[in-house]
Amino acid sequence: MSNVLKKIIPRSQMIKICMVPILMFGFGFAMVPLYDVLCEITGLNGKTGRVEASMVDESDVDTSRTIEVRFLANTGSGLPWSFEPVVTKMDVHPGQLYEAIYRVRSTTDRPTKGQAIPSVSPGIAAQYFDKTECFCFREQDLAGFEVKDMPLKFIIGNDVSDKVEQITLSYTFFSLDKV
Amino acid sequence: MTNATTTVDHDDHDDHGPAYGITRWITTTNHKDIGTLYLWFAFIMLLTGGTMAMVIRAELFQPGLQFVEPQFFNQMTTMHGLIMVFGAIMPAFVGLANWMLPLMIGAPDMALPRMNNWSFWILPFAFTMLLSTLLMEGGGPAFGWTFYAPLSTTYAPASTDYFIFGVHLMGISSVMGAINVIATILNMRAPGMTLMKMPLFVWTWLITAYLLIAVMPVLAGAVTMMLTDRHFGTSFFDASGGGDPVMFQHIFWFFGHPEVYIMILPAFGIISAIIPTFARKPLFGYSSMVYATGSIAILSFMVWAHHMFTTGMPVAGELYFMYATILISIPTGVKVFNWVTTMWRGSMTFETPMLWALGFIVMFTIGGLSGLMLGVAPVDTQYHDTYFVVAHFHYVLVTGALYSIIAAYYYWVPKWTGNMYNETLGKIHFWWSTIAVNVLFFPQHFLGLAGMPRRIPDYALQFAEFNKISSIGGFAFGLAQLFFLYIIIKTIKGGKKSTDIVWEGATGLEFEALPSPAPYHSFNIAPEVK
Repeated sequence: MSNVLKKIIPRSQMIKICMVPILMFGFGFAMVPLYDVLCEITGLNGKTGRVEASMVDESDVDTSRTIEVRFLANTGSGLPWSFEPVVTKMDVHPGQLYEAIYRVRSTTDRPTKGQAIPSVSPGIAAQYFDKTECFCFREQDLAGFEVKDMPLKFIIGNDVSDKVEQITLSYTFFSLDKV
Repeated sequence: MTNATTTVDHDDHDDHGPAYGITRWITTTNHKDIGTLYLWFAFIMLLTGGTMAMVIRAELFQPGLQFVEPQFFNQMTTMHGLIMVFGAIMPAFVGLANWMLPLMIGAPDMALPRMNNWSFWILPFAFTMLLSTLLMEGGGPAFGWTFYAPLSTTYAPASTDYFIFGVHLMGISSVMGAINVIATILNMRAPGMTLMKMPLFVWTWLITAYLLIAVMPVLAGAVTMMLTDRHFGTSFFDASGGGDPVMFQHIFWFFGHPEVYIMILPAFGIISAIIPTFARKPLFGYSSMVYATGSIAILSFMVWAHHMFTTGMPVAGELYFMYATILISIPTGVKVFNWVTTMWRGSMTFETPMLWALGFIVMFTIGGLSGLMLGVAPVDTQYHDTYFVVAHFHYVLVTGALYSIIAAYYYWVPKWTGNMYNETLGKIHFWWSTIAVNVLFFPQHFLGLAGMPRRIPDYALQFAEFNKISSIGGFAFGLAQLFFLYIIIKTIKGGKKSTDIVWEGATGLEFEALPSPAPYHSFNIAPEVK
C-alpha cells in the first residue's frame, strides 16, 4: 500500500475487513458438513439410522400399538431396472426387528450398477427408524437380466411419538454407470 | 453545523480538471465520476430488466400463449430478476454511496479509488456475459433468479456456466465496493464527525457494507458448488451421490435473506435524509434509528428458512423461523414510526423528492405487511410460490427500494449537476408511476390468494381479469420510466440553476458546505464538524 493509504487505513483493520469475505466463503462450504452434524444431533435431518445387529435391544417391544410401514420403490432416469417391494406394507410393533424385501430385475443385457437412496416420511419419524442391514448401504451390481431379492432389516424405536401411526419408506435407485 | 472553507480552488494535480473523452471514464478514480457511471449503468439495467418485464406482462395479458414459448418466458422471468437485483438496484445504491458518502463525511474521495474503478468496470463485462446467454444454444438461464438445484445443475442449459461466472464477477464487484465503503467511513470522516453524528445514509451504508462482505461470499460458494456438481463430479445437491437439493436452498437463502436487506437498508438511509429536509425538522430518534438498522441487519442472518417453509421442515424449525421473522418487524416499525414522528408538527412542503419518499413510507409498509403474512408459517403453505409472494417483493423492491433511489435522484441531482429538475415534470413522473405501480402490483395479491402460481407463462381462466389489469399497469409503469429518462437528460442539459443549499430545510455537509454543482475535487481540506 502507498504511504498515503497506510496513514488512512490501519493495516490491522484492512486485514480484518478482508478476512471476513474469505472466511465466509469457507463458511459457505463448511455449511455442508455442518448441516449434517447439526441435523444429526438434533435428529431433524430426516435420515434413517444404521445400527449394528448386535446392538439391537428387543427386550422392550411395545405390543400395545402398531405402526403401519409402507414400502415404495422408484428408479432414477436412465436405470434399466424394474424395482418393487415384495411386501408393500406391514404392521409393526415399535421395539421389534423386522425384515422387508425388495426385488430388482435388470431389463438389459449388459451389467449395470445402482445405488439406492432412502427417504422416510414423516421426516420426524426418521430418527426412530434404524436399520441393521440394507441394500442401500452399498452399491448393487446386476448382471444382464439378473433378478435379485434384496432384504433390509429395520427396527422402530419404542420411544417414537404416539402421533406416528404410519411410516413410509421409499427408495430410489440411481444409476452409477457413466452414460 | 459546519463553518469551514469548502474546497481548495487549485490543487497542483488538477489544473487541467478531469481528462477528456472516453479515457476519462475508463480510467477515472474520482468518486463522483464512478458514482455517475454506476447510476447510468443501473438505469440502463433498469430499462433492460424492465423490457423483460414488459415481455412477461404482454404474455400474461391474456390467457393462452400469444407471444413467446414457455422456455423463453422462463428465461425472461429469470433474467428480469437477476438484472433488477444485481444490475439495477444494487449498483444504483453503490452509485449513490460513491457520490454521497465522501460528501457527507467531508472526505476528498473513497478510501481506495483505484479499486473503486475496478469495482465498477467489472459490471459491464459481467452483464454483457450474462445477457449474451440469451443468444447461446439452449438459451439462457431459465430456472428463476433463485436458481435452485437440480434444475440449475443437472437440468440446466450449457449457458449456465456463464451465468455462474457472471455471478462470481458481480460478487467480486460488490465485495470490493463494500470494503471500500467500510474503509472510507471508518477512517476518513472529518474531524468532529463521530459515528453518532454521521447522517443516517452513511450509517445504513456502513451496516449494508458489512452485510455484503459477509454474505456475497456465501453466494460465491453456492455457485461454485453448482459448477463442481455440473462438471467436476461432486454431488452437493444431487441425491444420487448422497447430496441434497434442500442443501442448496439453505446455502442460497443464507445469502438471499441478508441480500434483500442489503437492498433496503440504504433506502432507509435515503428516506431518513429526505423527510427531515421537507418537514424542516430534525430526524426523530436518531440513535434508535441506528440501533434499529443494526438490529435488522443482525436478525437478517437468522431468518433465512422462512423461504423454505414448504420443504418439509420439522415443526420446531417452522416455529423458530416464524418467530424470528416476525421479530424483524419491530425495529422496522420503529423506523417507520420515527419517520412519521419526524413529520409531526413539521413545516412541510411536498416537492418531488418528498413525494417519492412519502410514497415509499406508505407502500413499503404495505409490502412489509404482506411480508408479515408470509412469515406466518401455517398460512405460508397457501401463499408460497403464488403471486402473493410476487406482490410482496415487488412492493418492497419497486415501491420500496426503487422509489428511494428515484427520490435520491431528485433530491441530490441539483447538487450533482447544479441544475434543478423541472418540478412539474417530476410531479407528473411521480403520480404517473404511483398510479401505474399500484394497478400493476396490487391485484397480484388477490391473484396469489386465489391460487395463481408464480413463474408460469399461462394460467387458468379465472385469473384472466386481474392479469389484464396488472399488465395494463405494467405497460403504464414502463412508459413512466421512459418519461423519467427524458427528465434525466433534460436536467443534465440545463434548466433553472440550483442554489448551493438546494433545499430550504436541508442540513448536512453536502448541502451546507459545498456549492452546487459540487466541484470535481471537494473537501481536499477536511471541514470541521461541530
